[in-house]
Amino acid sequence: MARNKFDFETTYKLLENKLTELKDLSVSLHCDFSSEIANVEKRINELKEERYKNLTPWEQVLISRDLERPMTRDYIELLCTEFIELHGDRLYGDDPAIVGGIGIFDGRSVTVIGHQKGKDTADNISHNFGMPRPEGYRKAYRLLKEAEKFGRPVLTFINTPGADPGIGAEERGQAWAISQLLLCLSNIKVPVVSVITGEGGSGGALALTIADRILMLSNAVFSVASPETCASILLRDIKRADEMAAALKLNAAYLKDLEIVDEVIDEPVNEHLLDSPDFVISLESSIKKHLDEVCSQTIVELLEQRYLRLRNIGKFYEDI
Amino acid sequence: MFKPAFNKKKTYIDLSGVKKSPPFDTREGNFSCPACSAWISEAEKIQNNDLCPRCSHHFSVTAWERIYSLCDEDSFDEWDANLISYNPLGFPDYEEKLDKAREETRLPEAIITGRSKIGGVDVMVAAMDSRFMMASMGSVVGEKICRAIEGAIKYSLPFIIVCCSGGARMQEGMLSLMQMGKTSAAVGRLNAAGLLFISILTHPTTGGVTASFASLADIIIAEPGALIGFTGPRVIEQTTGQKLPAGFQRSEFLLQHGMVDIVWPRLEMRSLLIRLLNLHQGGSHGEKQV
Repeated sequence: MARNKFDFETTYKLLENKLTELKDLSVSLHCDFSSEIANVEKRINELKEERYKNLTPWEQVLISRDLERPMTRDYIELLCTEFIELHGDRLYGDDPAIVGGIGIFDGRSVTVIGHQKGKDTADNISHNFGMPRPEGYRKAYRLLKEAEKFGRPVLTFINTPGADPGIGAEERGQAWAISQLLLCLSNIKVPVVSVITGEGGSGGALALTIADRILMLSNAVFSVASPETCASILLRDIKRADEMAAALKLNAAYLKDLEIVDEVIDEPVNEHLLDSPDFVISLESSIKKHLDEVCSQTIVELLEQRYLRLRNIGKFYEDI
Repeated sequence: MFKPAFNKKKTYIDLSGVKKSPPFDTREGNFSCPACSAWISEAEKIQNNDLCPRCSHHFSVTAWERIYSLCDEDSFDEWDANLISYNPLGFPDYEEKLDKAREETRLPEAIITGRSKIGGVDVMVAAMDSRFMMASMGSVVGEKICRAIEGAIKYSLPFIIVCCSGGARMQEGMLSLMQMGKTSAAVGRLNAAGLLFISILTHPTTGGVTASFASLADIIIAEPGALIGFTGPRVIEQTTGQKLPAGFQRSEFLLQHGMVDIVWPRLEMRSLLIRLLNLHQGGSHGEKQV
């Protein structure tokens, strides 16, 4: 991604300044420095690539939270040829932190549900920073039941700091709403494919990530609790969040090793995600591939495999 | 004139090393009840069945005490005591914490599960122990719950669990979080088999445990005054900056908001369970004929 907002990006900021200087100079002196310019550009790209391939877990946390990353609505626009958004939980309200509706992906009808953050502070406030309230989970629940009725596969997009930590959310049964969604997704009679696109924060993210297949972007994270929370509870020092980010093993590559995630989709180094044709193609084709696979199974097989998939997660010793 | 006041650096005494604990009387281990502030001695507390003699505040009890107080005498057959946690992520200090918890509680993990009888009815039963790393749910806790539920399905038994937990165990990372999905999926199978599931929420039940199996029961009972919720009260206060209303997230508050079926005192829990089990007999319960 071409931005300079993270600390680690200052390493090549200097080089980029030099490059601009060189370009200015070539214009003002009417000289041809094109080979030098090309050299510096190449070097910068190499540096960036090197750097982005070796991000620390904490750097990945920061990138996963970047508001310039595409949000669920962007992915819907990118992937679906048709989409009608459906609102409300039919109980209390409509949660702007979760978007859902019916669309057409790869020629078939799908129900799409995902977390929605805003693009800037004002927008983010109106979406409650992508932190769903009970209404959001109940909207998702209702849409899932509708998908089940019509045998329509489900796509979910995950990008949330977690469930809303407010008084109202507790009063209206946050925990009950999340648990209902976990139960519903664990035995829903249609295929479910999940894509973790940004920040996968705790129970609020998990509520939409019980699926037959879980895909994850290479700089997305998925964590039991935010590194800041862990640092403040376990180390009593929120400034040591970077240590916790490493300890929590929250990045895509590790979660693939743990077999929680099925496929990691590589992000481009030097471009905005949606500007990179390679990324768009690989995202689209990998969702299609997994959706085709799960759609070709019978419901009985699908439910059995989904159960076993969850059932087998966990590491412990068994003394005999 | 006022300028120096802006530059004045405030210094605070560092309290980070000070451990918060209930105020102890200097005399002989007397302590103050967190609900009514009455001074109680350990002997009085034990004599009064771990309740405050003045306000009946329910003090925490161990998982074994739960089992003994709910199950018929000598009927409990423990399952899966051989499941042992290790440190799959290499998380700092996790082994030390596990060792310390094992030593202090003499328990292999934060939950005890097994087959038992309550009022002569065969049941699968589980009890969590808050002394063991705040009864947080890691791989072993999730696995033991699933095996107990699968046991209930295999033998067509009701499943009863006494919950208390700080949530998912951070030290096992995503493996812990996924236990929420795993236990919920197991409850789905219990439901499909038409078996009764009773969850008893005790102080405190929060986080990933409340947001998974604990709230999925057919009947949810809460002990009086227990803190039950998803986000802990301190986090809510810190993030919203709002002062929490009195009784917020307590059992009675949840009853009022329609989240629990019954708030019931601990000493009468066994008799309530017996009545509930009797009401549900004639359903699909009772040992399957093989």
